[in-house]
Amino acid sequence: MEYLLEALDVTKIFGTLKANDGVTLQVKPGEIHAFLGENGAGKSTLVKMIYGALQPTAGEFRWMGKTVTIASPAAARRLGIGMVFQHFSLFDALSVAENIALAMPGTFDMKKLSGRIARVSKEYGLPLEPTAIVADLSVGERQRIEIVRCLLQEPKLLIMDEPTAVLTPQEADQLFLTLARLAKEGCAVIYISHRLEEVKRLCHNATILRHGKVVANVDPTKETASSLAKLMVGGDIHVVRAARKDGKGDVRLKLDHLKLQADGPFAVELKNVTLDVKAGEVVAIAGVAGNGQSELFDAVSGERALAKDSMLVIDGKPMGHDGVNARRNAGAAFVPEERLGHGAVPGFRLSENVILTRHSSDQKLVKSGMVQKGGAAGVSERVIKEYDVRKGKPDPEARALSGGNLQKFVMGRELDRKPGVLVVNQPTWGVDAGASATIRQAIIDLARQGSAVLVISQDLDEIFEVADRIAVISRGQLSEAFPAGDLSAEKIGLLMAGSHEVREGHHAARA
Amino acid sequence: MRLVLEKRGERSHRMALLSPLIAIALTLITGGIIFALKGLNPFAALYVYFVEPLTTSWSIEQLFIKATPLALIGAGLGVSYLANVWNIGAEGQLTAGAILGSAIPVFFPEMQTLLTLLLMLGLGVIGGMVFAAIPAFLKNRFSANEILTSLMLVYVVQLILDWLVRGPWRDPKGYNFPKTISFSGWQTLPSFEVLPPSMGPLYVNLGAVLAVLVVVALAFMMGRTLKGFELRVQGVAPRAGRFAGFSREKTVWFCFLLSGGLAGLAGICEVMSTVGQLQPGISPGYGFTAIIVAFLGRLNPVGALVAAFALAISYLGGESAQVALGISDKTARVFQGILLFYILACDSLILYRLRITGLGGKVAEGRA
Amino acid sequence: MNELLSIVLTIITAATPLLLASIGELVVERSGVLNLGVEGMMAVGAVCGFGAALMTGSPLVGVLAAIAAGVILSMLFGFLTLTMVSNQVATGLALTLLGLGLAGMIGEGFVGQPGVKLEKISIPGLTGIPFIGPVLFGQDLLVYVSLIIVAATSYVLFRTKTGLIIRAVGDSHQSAHALGYSVIGVRYLCVMFGGACSGLAGGYLSLVYTPQWVENMTAGRGWIALALVVFASWLPWRLAIGAYLFGTITILGFSLQAVGIGIPSQLLSSLPYVVTILALVVISGNRALTRANTPACLGQPFVPDR
Repeated sequence: MEYLLEALDVTKIFGTLKANDGVTLQVKPGEIHAFLGENGAGKSTLVKMIYGALQPTAGEFRWMGKTVTIASPAAARRLGIGMVFQHFSLFDALSVAENIALAMPGTFDMKKLSGRIARVSKEYGLPLEPTAIVADLSVGERQRIEIVRCLLQEPKLLIMDEPTAVLTPQEADQLFLTLARLAKEGCAVIYISHRLEEVKRLCHNATILRHGKVVANVDPTKETASSLAKLMVGGDIHVVRAARKDGKGDVRLKLDHLKLQADGPFAVELKNVTLDVKAGEVVAIAGVAGNGQSELFDAVSGERALAKDSMLVIDGKPMGHDGVNARRNAGAAFVPEERLGHGAVPGFRLSENVILTRHSSDQKLVKSGMVQKGGAAGVSERVIKEYDVRKGKPDPEARALSGGNLQKFVMGRELDRKPGVLVVNQPTWGVDAGASATIRQAIIDLARQGSAVLVISQDLDEIFEVADRIAVISRGQLSEAFPAGDLSAEKIGLLMAGSHEVREGHHAARA
Repeated sequence: MRLVLEKRGERSHRMALLSPLIAIALTLITGGIIFALKGLNPFAALYVYFVEPLTTSWSIEQLFIKATPLALIGAGLGVSYLANVWNIGAEGQLTAGAILGSAIPVFFPEMQTLLTLLLMLGLGVIGGMVFAAIPAFLKNRFSANEILTSLMLVYVVQLILDWLVRGPWRDPKGYNFPKTISFSGWQTLPSFEVLPPSMGPLYVNLGAVLAVLVVVALAFMMGRTLKGFELRVQGVAPRAGRFAGFSREKTVWFCFLLSGGLAGLAGICEVMSTVGQLQPGISPGYGFTAIIVAFLGRLNPVGALVAAFALAISYLGGESAQVALGISDKTARVFQGILLFYILACDSLILYRLRITGLGGKVAEGRA
Repeated sequence: MNELLSIVLTIITAATPLLLASIGELVVERSGVLNLGVEGMMAVGAVCGFGAALMTGSPLVGVLAAIAAGVILSMLFGFLTLTMVSNQVATGLALTLLGLGLAGMIGEGFVGQPGVKLEKISIPGLTGIPFIGPVLFGQDLLVYVSLIIVAATSYVLFRTKTGLIIRAVGDSHQSAHALGYSVIGVRYLCVMFGGACSGLAGGYLSLVYTPQWVENMTAGRGWIALALVVFASWLPWRLAIGAYLFGTITILGFSLQAVGIGIPSQLLSSLPYVVTILALVVISGNRALTRANTPACLGQPFVPDR
């Protein structure tokens, strides 16, 4: 038996879209095998078929040399295939042990299971408390549950979908040790990522996908990051690189000891967030997901009111008590992380979605309480043209657009107003490289025209591309903002892990 | 073999128009089957039920009378449901409106001017609003589920009505019947001749005129104004609504006051026309049937007006079927319930495509 | 003493239908489905139970018929909300409207007919003990059944894998689906269990509470049961306490009427509804109490991607 898993000419079609097109590849026992590709290249579809969550339209899989039909995730697990999803399949209201029990076949014996959990987590350096409730755990801890859940079934193949996207660099290092150990014991790992450095460091083999097809199979240790990138994208990509600014200019957006109570059992409290964003600069806030980014966005945008007017100042005017529209009228613009359902109404046409954020600031769209359909269509067409929003119909519903195109539209809708202050949460999350470059360039261009831009992002590459200064948020506390040139990935990693957090009234040692 | 739904890329506009028609057709077929099971000729029975009400000018007048409260309430509920505010206590708000409006003839029986009419209608609206304000307040202040609170209040207000007409408000000359004095003159709604005697004649009362005006106003609000935009956004994407700076609390208030006020108006119009006095059982469940009207009308005010007539036919048909076929008028409510089920099922086909997957992965697509 | 005994006994009969209907709905909601059709299922359960008992002369056949009626209606609800992914709130309302209409139509011939009563049990030696005997050992079968269901539900939900799966499906249907559980299948079963309990609750009304058929005899109890589930914050034993508390309040209202303290009887009759509203306000206002147990997926439609 040479290969553990083979895919032979596997094709998956959704409606008219060929998500996978004749994919053939082999995975050997004990190898860490990377699937590289852009968003939408077909990596997720491929692994979902391997894990039995989707069925191929054509082609076949072989497992240890035998042709198999993997009818369901349960069937995959019986074969010895485990998967750790990018979006964890965990249950917030249940305990760690209960979450693991749900993935185990047969009836359960909580005591026995807790013992096994303790053993495996110790063996692989994955500390876990079986009785803890998932909702109270950090993202890193949640990932550990997923991994332990797989390991308890003694898999022969472990699939990891973008595991480090949600981890600090230090947590990622720990994960690599665990994976290397597993591989040494003979377990194969399929490692999905678009982080090239990681793949070079960790993986023995890399299959590169583009538009659903396998374009190359290489030994990543023998490639450079840029050669891998070229294979992924299919040509050179335009790299955005901001010319650093010196940080002089008027303060246009000021957060002054901003505090916000957690509004639910799973939310984060913001503690004394202080930050200045000056005219002409881009300030980025880095951090692991779930450390207060969405709360910070809500507080800055005015979706949640602040206790004190002085906590948020726009162009010298305290606006903490004002709502989102008053802040917009003062020249600010906001782009939230979630495009569908937050930044745009999925079932509304683009021309209607224009009204969503501009009804109070734009006389052309709403006059004395009446919606001006012509005006809205005009603005929408301008945005579509200016920001190259690709669509099937003249004025489609927002949900009919691809993620990247909708993001260009949602960004364009705000940029079109030439805002003095722009606040963006995850500007290129789930967006393909071409659209990402467009969006990042637009962010920098806006700043260079004298606006103040605040970018909240989990993507360190993106942050280094656009930011003049970088601050890090961790458990609702924001570090000071450092000039981008002064920060290494390692230092950001320590900040992400909370080295700047204030504990018991003392400043913790800075990294 | 199993049924599987598949999400469409966009809403199917064809299905959005077809869905209520398909639902009505399916209801008729089901009705025919029920009649056949009862040993009746299904076609004759369906004719009595659904066509006969349209054949005489008397029954068309009755149709307007029954459609008026349904359209008034259904249009208001449709707006609320679209904004994801679930007022299901319209029956109680209708009763509350009828009670408060009736206070004028009860306390000032001699007052007979235009002002009487206006005061009664105004108080009817206010009565509905006051009872609708309770669930709205409880929702906003304590996040108490508005479905349950608004429904509980139906029972409460009906008991209050019962107490009033048996106690303090009872007509002293009414031979102990549980009712107030009979309304007359300006205490009742004026009627208008819309068709001359040669063609009908056809009279409609002021309530029907008000219903049409309300529907036009609501249609304008939903289609053209920022308020309508706000309500639509809140219904489908509450998070986006907050991002747009729309207040959820205000929307809850607005929807309850609007739909409650209209239910109250419908209630006072009933006691000022058909019923002619305040008594228990002023409504044959209009407040609940209006829920069906709202959905059959696609949560659209004009749609509600059309749907109100469809449901009014079922009420009338129930009555004539009782006389002509000897079947219970309660079948009308069964038809109404079945109709709502079919509408909801068909509505899924606006967003989803139905697929029937057989064994062995064969896929047959039902295009709609 | 005798008066107190009769009050306690009526409290138990008033609480039992509420408990039966709400324990079923609790399981339904734990699986993430909101079925507002309890009132309709109860009504049909009541009329079918009454009719079956009348025709066969056996109250037990009536009980079974009531359960079957509830299950059939709940499957209709399940088909719409789970297979056709229709709006759960609207479909629940539709179920109530349809159920009340159906019950009225079916029951027309039963109005005024004397019913068949499910008798209380009697254990020689035990039932005879003063006060304690009739309260603990002299109830009808369904009182014990309702308490057994509560105990069993509590055990299954929190001590078995089946219960864990139900809670998991209600907490995150996406995760449950990803782990290979049939979200729709689990929910169908829970909805049917809820239907059985609601039907049984309706049967209790027409076979025990007032052994006859009167239109609208459910009188909003289905809705009160829904409120009780919120009141109990989705915990079975707290639900039992709530149902009995509620029974007590209802009976107190009746007792006050009987004593004749000068408050209009209608206002006393409205007590259960007012108390329901107050209970909802008190519980919903307290976020800590409700949030922790509220099934995260409650009322949300689920469509697996394929």
